[in-house]
Amino acid sequence: MSEKIRLINEDGLRVDGRRPRDLRSIKMEIGVLSNADGSAYIEQGRNKILAAVYGPREVHPRHLALPDRALLRCRYHMAPFSVEERKSPAPSRREIELSKVIKEALEPAIFLEKFPRTSIDIFIEVLQADGGTRCAGTTVAALALADAGIPMRDLVVACAAGKVDGVLVLDLNDIEDKEGEADVPVAYMPNLGLISLLQMDGSLTIEEFNQALNLAIEGCKQIYNLQREALRARYVTIKEDVEECLR
Amino acid sequence: MSSIMVSRIRQKQIAQMVASGKRLDGRGLNDYRPIKVETGIIEKAEGSSRVLLGKTEVVVGVKVEIGEPFPDRPNEGVFTVNSEFVPLASPEFEAGPPSEESIELARVVDRGIRESKAIDLEKLCLIPGRKVYVIFIDIYVLNHDGNLIDASSLAALAALLNTKIPVYIVEENEVKKTNNYIPLPIRNYPISITLANISDKLIVDPWLEEEEAMSARLTITFDNDGRISAIQKGGTGALTPQQIMEAAYIAKEKAEELRKMVVKN
Amino acid sequence: MFFFENRQVVTPGDLLAEGDYIAGNNTYKEGSKIYASRLGLVEYGEKVVQVVALNTFYIPSVGDQVIGKIEDVNINGWVVNINSPYKATLRASEALNKPYRQQKDDLTRFLDVGDLIFAKIIAFDRTIDPVLTIKEPGLGKITQGQIVKVSPAKIPRIIGRKASMINMLKRETECKITVGQNGIILISGPSPEHERLAIMAIEKIAQEAHTSGLTDRITEMIRKEKGARNERKDQVNK
Repeated sequence: MSEKIRLINEDGLRVDGRRPRDLRSIKMEIGVLSNADGSAYIEQGRNKILAAVYGPREVHPRHLALPDRALLRCRYHMAPFSVEERKSPAPSRREIELSKVIKEALEPAIFLEKFPRTSIDIFIEVLQADGGTRCAGTTVAALALADAGIPMRDLVVACAAGKVDGVLVLDLNDIEDKEGEADVPVAYMPNLGLISLLQMDGSLTIEEFNQALNLAIEGCKQIYNLQREALRARYVTIKEDVEECLR
Repeated sequence: MSSIMVSRIRQKQIAQMVASGKRLDGRGLNDYRPIKVETGIIEKAEGSSRVLLGKTEVVVGVKVEIGEPFPDRPNEGVFTVNSEFVPLASPEFEAGPPSEESIELARVVDRGIRESKAIDLEKLCLIPGRKVYVIFIDIYVLNHDGNLIDASSLAALAALLNTKIPVYIVEENEVKKTNNYIPLPIRNYPISITLANISDKLIVDPWLEEEEAMSARLTITFDNDGRISAIQKGGTGALTPQQIMEAAYIAKEKAEELRKMVVKN
Repeated sequence: MFFFENRQVVTPGDLLAEGDYIAGNNTYKEGSKIYASRLGLVEYGEKVVQVVALNTFYIPSVGDQVIGKIEDVNINGWVVNINSPYKATLRASEALNKPYRQQKDDLTRFLDVGDLIFAKIIAFDRTIDPVLTIKEPGLGKITQGQIVKVSPAKIPRIIGRKASMINMLKRETECKITVGQNGIILISGPSPEHERLAIMAIEKIAQEAHTSGLTDRITEMIRKEKGARNERKDQVNK
């Protein structure tokens, strides 16, 4: 008989000590790779994810070029050492699905029509995974796009909500995702108020789903503030260096 | 990714009609195309079905074998869902490894079955940790005229309900096949409903040309108790939270309707 | 009405203004609302709201003068890399003064792979790749000097208001400086040290483009550096 893990303890705290509506600790850095046109790095809890953008650039192979817009391609990939049991480097079905889903999360935000016959390639590498990587991956990819100077209608930010041990929670980690009752990842364009990624697996009533959706959007708004800060920091560090020299 | 080049004039036509509450084939925004479900059409498979959703045609075959359980679930049987977008089904389908659409479809159908616990996996255990039933669900798309997910999901459920598994007896820590068959133990009936967003209106069961004109689609899978087991947004557009909830309520109603076509009680 | 202060940092999607304004660079308009489309500093003008972007890439515009590198030679001319998502074409007829004889003339004798040119864009739209010419005065093959690459967004700052920055650079470094709109700058001076000084100054301008008092700081930096070099020279000569 397998022991069922308690995901919420008597004090209402989760396995990592968080309260139900707490996000994991998040750190973001922009412009971390010198070769890519844009890049960013995120740590969210124990997730460590790198994103790079190349483009707009010539499409290879040529026959894939679109006459009226840029071709957007996205590759979500997990490093073999990113998970407990070594994962084969070959793209799994899950990685293929997530590559598609993340591409579709970012696409509505990008002015692709401005760059016909080019391609914009997004690479997301998960160096360490602990649940919610498609959300953190979407968030960091949006930062890389902004860093590359690719014009966007809005930033895209993502966060998951769900249910564990009967309690509505925000930002599920790996154990909560595997053992909990439901997981609802959401990507959001905060200024336009639109949802560009939405999935759910588990078992929820419509009302519970509504609550999870709203909670996930709240989480997105909080993470969006961190995105803005990380982008603005590109200016501030330079300003500080200048002021230092003037002293 | 566009599959068939629908002309811009046609796309505009579709968008305008939907905006005024109508569809090109005369359907209402909440109407499905005619659905036909047949089962038991492949005798060599343990279970099978054929679904026609308008002109979309999907065949599902279920094969049953004996294998090892997953190490972390030693008392449960195993099932996998695979989908094949057969090249003859559309000028856009090519032979070769599955496309991302094909993989997504298989995983969405899998999620609906898995999260609703439709197959009673504990009843499929023969020797814990060593021998369990392994159920292969193979989705074969034969003609693509839109909304492959709902057609495939319906066909998968019908095929599972049609499946008979051979009875094995456990003798001296080995399993022996008998000549008896019992129905595959099914305890929930997940139904996927897909809606598309065109001209800011939601339409149910998009056909091929509507899929070209849509900005986004939302698939919601409901189980027998009105609980959601899976959701998948697809397409390069975006939806408001209000549209999503509206879609959920419409899908719940339609799921009850469609379930009656497959579950005869 | 405006939602930020002038020269504040804005990110894509930020609502900048609402009302009867014109959407300038790096912004877009939806109804009467103007949003930022790139990370940068917002600038509110009388009628125009725009964003000075931190980083952009070069999208060709007819009439722009650019510095490019020959990447390929074919039967009709050359393929040129102009630091843009789009590769440019230079036809033989736009490069040679005498008529081009396909069978007899060898184009590589005029321009070969790896050569740099200063060219002008004479055609570009959504359906064709940019077309160049080098037949106008001042254009042609580049034979000496060093190049430095910056984000095209920085070019206006490097030129400066009424060319104040670029003229100061030319004067202080004693170099000839040719600015390509595509973010490539050619520096040709009396010695490699002079050229390196100019490159250093340009890279610093690009990095600190958004700060104030930049012209004075760069002038001081160049003079300090020249002073230090002269000292080193004197030490050696002793």
